[in-house]
Amino acid sequence: MNQLEIGDKLLDKFGLEVIETPATFRDQMTLTVAADKILAVCKFLKEDPELAFDFLSFVAGVDRHPAKPRFEVIYQIKSLKHNHRFRIKARIDESETEPATIDSVFSIWRTADWHERETAEMFGIVFRNHPDPRKLLLPEEWTVHPLRKDFPLFGTEKDTPDLPA
Amino acid sequence: MPENATLKEDRRSEVIELNLGPHHPSTHGVFRAIVELDGEMVLDVVPYLGYLHRGYEKTCENKRYHQVIPLAERCDYMGASSNSLCFCLCVEKILEVEVPERAQVIRVMMAELSRIFSHLFWLGTHGHDVGAMTPLFYMLREREEIMNLFELTAGGRLMPNYLRIGGLIRDLEEGFVDRLRAFTNHFDRRVDEYETLLTKNPIYMDRTQGIGVLPLADAIALGASGPMVRGSGLQWDIRKSEPYCGYESYDFDIPVQSGCDVYARYLVRVQEMRESNRILKQAVERLPEGSVRAVKPGVIFPPQEEIYHKMEALIHHFMLVVEGVKPPEGEYYQVIESPRGEMGCYLVSDGGPQPYRLKWRAPAFVNLECLALMSRGQFFADLIAILSSIDIVLAEVDR
Repeated sequence: MNQLEIGDKLLDKFGLEVIETPATFRDQMTLTVAADKILAVCKFLKEDPELAFDFLSFVAGVDRHPAKPRFEVIYQIKSLKHNHRFRIKARIDESETEPATIDSVFSIWRTADWHERETAEMFGIVFRNHPDPRKLLLPEEWTVHPLRKDFPLFGTEKDTPDLPA
Repeated sequence: MPENATLKEDRRSEVIELNLGPHHPSTHGVFRAIVELDGEMVLDVVPYLGYLHRGYEKTCENKRYHQVIPLAERCDYMGASSNSLCFCLCVEKILEVEVPERAQVIRVMMAELSRIFSHLFWLGTHGHDVGAMTPLFYMLREREEIMNLFELTAGGRLMPNYLRIGGLIRDLEEGFVDRLRAFTNHFDRRVDEYETLLTKNPIYMDRTQGIGVLPLADAIALGASGPMVRGSGLQWDIRKSEPYCGYESYDFDIPVQSGCDVYARYLVRVQEMRESNRILKQAVERLPEGSVRAVKPGVIFPPQEEIYHKMEALIHHFMLVVEGVKPPEGEYYQVIESPRGEMGCYLVSDGGPQPYRLKWRAPAFVNLECLALMSRGQFFADLIAILSSIDIVLAEVDR
């Protein structure tokens, strides 16, 4: 299936309230999916025999600061059976009190485990129902999220953002 | 003696936690794992990563596009040219640049040389990890030849830094092709030599057969790629399934083994070296004449000679250095088959001179996720063999 057919199939199944208009760039399509439906969409992508996306390349975050909603979570998937790739993303935001939250897709692709742990610590996104939500690359005591756009490149003499106070 | 027997049972039930690393010689870098042991049996392995985390992705977001290339090569220093190839292909796709035929063939040469380079060093150190000292010295001999080739044409030995967005930094050095041809002519016999050391070696076979079993369904679920899945019976190579750099026009096979164990991964990698050599031979024969860098003023750097003689070239060069190239807004995911598997570069451009977001899909990082599954129920000594069969490069795992 080519990118357009995959997009159409998703649109037929879930409708316009879940799937936003696709963006195509250099033959690759990116579909934006409603964040609260991410599990259902991913399950369908994996289990539908014509799609059969059995391989998750990565989960990553993008910080669109200062735009709203702030974060995008990217899922790059591949079907080894049909040899096609696709990309979906979900937009989520954080509030003063609540961190940005999205369901973990660990139950669908086990490899999401480390990818989500990395994305969580780098952006401060919470993956709901993740089986092992520890930090992966950063020290446990860090409270900052280095891949956010407002994370400084250099500390000052008084203020080092990476160390606990 | 019943008393002693109970004592033994007590000891057996006691689970100990053993810290492995971060400076254990078998980890080939700084990798730490907490191993839960019941006697000598591994119950669980919990990896602790990040000792080599350098903030690669964050750094790239704050560099010009052409400045990312040397950083990318430092991600996987064993297959350096694969990294820069992946990044350059991705940017070229976004910029819609066609790379000249000659540069494509030379890129294939560099990529395949780095694959052999990486597999050679893997084979040497892997042999070392399971107690075979000899292979390493043989591997270093051929590895040195490849490093000399890199040095001849690019200057750098470990990290050639030879690829550029739109082509290569300069044409091949005189004499490179002849030396490469000489290398390809004797390399097959060298691989035969390596095989005499390990392939039928009963000690090696005992240490690796049936060890670290990774069933195919688990390999796919855990996102493993490259020799890891090919050792588990899946015939999947990105050079064939999603060809780049004209790989579709080369004649080569994908080695597959169905053993799912350390030995199968060994066989796959040895065979891959032969196939890479086959590709190299074809590349040497077909190397066409022509330029090695695309021409697209204001986007691709002009050749060095032109900067000295042409005003426009000087201006374009100056502007590219000062302002950088500004690709159109969009996102693209480029994959290549690196020595370790699916290496991917996901690039988001916002139209500015720096990547808005660069996500590096490092195959070693994902393959390492399989470690716990493969090691449960194995002996501790086999854990070392299993870890080395993944072929991790810690710089790539931690980025």
